[in-house]
Amino acid sequence: MHRLSVLLAAAFMMLAAPVAALDVRAGVLRVDYPSLLPISRYDLKPEDLGFAGAALADEDNGTTGSFLGHSFETTTVAVTPEEADAALDTLLADGVRLIVVLANAEDLLRLSDRAAEEGALVFNAMAHDTALRSGECRANLLHITPSDAMLADAVVQYAVWKQWSDILLVEGSNPADILLGEAFENAARKFGAEIVETRVFEDTGGSRRTDSGHVLVQRQLPVFMQDAPEHDVVIAADRSDVFASYLPYHLWTPRPVMGSAGLRPVSVHPSHEAWGATQFQTRFEELTGRYVQEADYDTWLALRVVGEAVTRASTAEPDGIRDYVLSDAFELAAFKGVPVTFRDWNGQLRQPVLLFDDRITVSVSPQDGFLHQRSPLDSLGLDVPESQCTAFNRG
Amino acid sequence: MNATLKTLLASAALAALSGSPALANKVFVSNERGNTVTVIDSDTWEVLEEFPAGNRPRGITISPDGTKLYVCASDDDTVRVFDTETYEELHTLPSGPDPELFVIHPSGNPLYIANEDDNLVTVTDTETHTILAEVPVGVEPEGMGISADTKYVVNTSETTNMAHFINTETFEIEHNVLVDQRPRYAQYTKDGTRLFVSSEIGGTVSVMDIAEDGSPTLVEKISFEVPGIQPEWLQPVGVKVTDDGSRVFVALGPANRVAVIDGESLEVLDYIVVGQRVWQLAFTPDQKYLITTNGNSNDVTVIDVAEAEAIRSIQVGEQPWGVVVQPD
Repeated sequence: MHRLSVLLAAAFMMLAAPVAALDVRAGVLRVDYPSLLPISRYDLKPEDLGFAGAALADEDNGTTGSFLGHSFETTTVAVTPEEADAALDTLLADGVRLIVVLANAEDLLRLSDRAAEEGALVFNAMAHDTALRSGECRANLLHITPSDAMLADAVVQYAVWKQWSDILLVEGSNPADILLGEAFENAARKFGAEIVETRVFEDTGGSRRTDSGHVLVQRQLPVFMQDAPEHDVVIAADRSDVFASYLPYHLWTPRPVMGSAGLRPVSVHPSHEAWGATQFQTRFEELTGRYVQEADYDTWLALRVVGEAVTRASTAEPDGIRDYVLSDAFELAAFKGVPVTFRDWNGQLRQPVLLFDDRITVSVSPQDGFLHQRSPLDSLGLDVPESQCTAFNRG
Repeated sequence: MNATLKTLLASAALAALSGSPALANKVFVSNERGNTVTVIDSDTWEVLEEFPAGNRPRGITISPDGTKLYVCASDDDTVRVFDTETYEELHTLPSGPDPELFVIHPSGNPLYIANEDDNLVTVTDTETHTILAEVPVGVEPEGMGISADTKYVVNTSETTNMAHFINTETFEIEHNVLVDQRPRYAQYTKDGTRLFVSSEIGGTVSVMDIAEDGSPTLVEKISFEVPGIQPEWLQPVGVKVTDDGSRVFVALGPANRVAVIDGESLEVLDYIVVGQRVWQLAFTPDQKYLITTNGNSNDVTVIDVAEAEAIRSIQVGEQPWGVVVQPD
């Protein structure tokens, strides 16, 4: 022990020696897709979506950096899908090599590959697609946002813990809805629940809302939901925001709703207060004048990962940051009760998932009793044998 | 108060002292959810009283003469001051927003307060009730400790993950030491040669040697291991060191245990099972007993220090947070 202490002391003295000042420059690239208005006005996208998280991260990192001589500056860009590649090139030409991207999977992959040519590290703060953490993974792409697999596992674990093991799955007809539906099917298999029927809600187009449209919804939805086998819970897979919000209170058989409506899996929500999160919320609201959304938190967290790596490893280089955050030395407090870390087999941030009823945190997954030889957090999402990712050389 | 009266009171106190062999002290426990303070007798371990203490009482401390109780009423953005005999509120002190933890100068003045929401340490004069200084620190300041020679106040910042050493003369930060994630508490040894800082999410206690000039050197990080408990749930928060430095006690939060550490070898000797989500600790003045606040079982556990054994638990108010014991 004594020798270890001496060794440690030597190591710490090196750390304590004056370190070079670092100017850390990052970028946030957000691609805005043409979309219909959401079913609920609460889901309207603010102009500064994601960017607000970056602003708070710059403040938080800057405060810490002020004690070490590090400064943090993040450039934010919002573009149409057509402008995305040019916007990335501008960031790269400016010398930015740490880039948070809020885009769909297809654009994210193309942008990541272009960034890789310049040695840049990309953080995914929006795309849930499980394939990005499997066969479509990239060595220079780290995922802050939880995958569909993690979110579905979080929901189904809770259903199983409640002994609601017979699930009626309702999924949308668009590709993203079908992918999320598959994630729920996998989760049910993984945790011993049963999907008694999968019902598809066709997206027939048209506007999301009409004045006093609830009259029609109230008549049509129960009819759509009748004649289902015995089930304990309804799970909705509706990434497209077409129908899930209409399910609660309109079912034929009265059952709780989870997934895309009712009890939803989220990375953060504005009333999350546990584990010191109140301070995060008040800092965010004071700075931005609004409540936090998941894209804000995911962007904040991506830049906090960068900040933590800069603080601990004294480097602002993408390779140095990547090596440090994928190593065992990295851990970060993210107001989730346990440290968040990265999976070194696919670059996914390992994290608890909050279950939110649109008012409060109802529960947090992983649930008690879902064990894993490495960490209970690895009971959520793709484990080593399930991920087909080979871009990360483990060990 | 005039001089004659003071003398009279002093002799009365002396008379009382000589008259009672086992001196009982009052134990004050802040109940974060109950918005109260519970008072316990350290001789009989009976609950004497539970009185209202403002909204969300957390940090709690006492004046060196034992007459004034200071409570961080976090949601009221103020420090409330209570008479330890009558439990009447005497006055409030300006604290800056959302005060959580504080440390009092051994002379009774000033009070050094961590303001979680504002990245500040506020220095408040307990006599004039004014703010003497506001010191910018890291993000989410929480733990506060004062060096034996009172030349430094240490603040831990939970998101910056540093211990900041603030010069108490100039209010300038002179040293910053990086520690593990979410540092919650800072505790010097009585002789001032060591400092312990707990990291809740990092799961470690950083040990620093303190030189004569007060400068710190990180020498060790103590980690914990309990069979059958997920390592993520071993979350160090409150830290107390016996006056002779031989034993260090660390509250391990949701692991429901207090670790006993050898102050010399820094080896963990034992884990004492206490109530649920144990956060803060306080010794009785004779250091025979250590009291722990167990936030999720609404009780405190009394530990026999020499035996390193839990000897009883006492129900208090809702979600006990902090604890302080009246000095002799």
